[in-house]
Amino acid sequence: MRRAACSIQAGSSETGSDMSESVRFRFNVDGSNFTTAGQASVQVKKNLRELGIPADAIRRVSIAMYEGEINMVIHAHGGEAEVIVFEDRIEIILSDRGPGIPNIELAMKEGYSTAPDNIRSLGFGAGMGLPNMKRYTDDMKIETELGKGTTITMTVRF
Amino acid sequence: MTVKELAEHEGFEPVCLPEPERVIEGGYCGDLLSWVMGRAKTAQAWVTIMSNVNIAAVATLCDVAVIVLSENVSPDAGVRETAEARGINIIKTPMPTFEAAALISTLI
Ligand SMILES: Nc1ncnc2c1ncn2[C@@H]1O[C@H](COP(=O)(O)OP(=O)(O)O)[C@@H](O)[C@H]1O
Ligand SMILES: [Mg+2]
Repeated sequence: MRRAACSIQAGSSETGSDMSESVRFRFNVDGSNFTTAGQASVQVKKNLRELGIPADAIRRVSIAMYEGEINMVIHAHGGEAEVIVFEDRIEIILSDRGPGIPNIELAMKEGYSTAPDNIRSLGFGAGMGLPNMKRYTDDMKIETELGKGTTITMTVRF
Repeated sequence: MTVKELAEHEGFEPVCLPEPERVIEGGYCGDLLSWVMGRAKTAQAWVTIMSNVNIAAVATLCDVAVIVLSENVSPDAGVRETAEARGINIIKTPMPTFEAAALISTLI
């Protein structure tokens, strides 16, 4: 079984114009195990606390990342999560090789969900995930290709 | 009131209390995890009938003071251990969610 593995890396940011130091966290999100779903988000919350990030920003990152992580488990057989901490913002990049999202506008609607009944009985599949991710972040970009996968990039400023 | 005090109050029963001295400041009721995730706040008592292990992750991320399982719901296997390890308090009660929340609201 593939466990949520985390690697932490410190280095300078990749964007040429922004030379501020950054810290990165990387995780594999196991798509076959519901009981460990959310592990990466829980670990990120802990790491951000240790870095002294403001509580409100941690809360917003936690909510957005948890929803994205759960989506990768429910809808895309798992994937990868990367969190980059800058001086003034946090970037969350979630990428999977799942089925892709056929209609982003529809998927973004509150209450829209394709989750099956067994997932709903666990308390997921309320169709609030993507709307929550948008609401709690300052910026969200969805790149998706049918049959190839989805990458969601979110930014939380503080 | 602290979580320990609530657990000792008539009608409530502790499941696990790794952080018994946490203070309860308000509450939130809900079973849809995404809904709770986006709305429950730090230090609240979260009243729910959801018993699977994912409640531990949601409680951690929302930083609630305690999960209150209503309607005599027991946590699924392994939930207590996960909660214990993560410092998540869990209390159970036979009361329905409405009654549990109403009582908690008068106690805190
Ligand atoms: N990573 C993903 N890969 C494929 N489809 C996705 C992904 N994330 C979301 N979706 C689609 O968008 C819908 C809405 O997502 P969301 O708002 O999180 O609701 P829910 O997860 O409760 O169904 C999902 O039901 C699913 O059809
Ligand atoms: Mg979702």
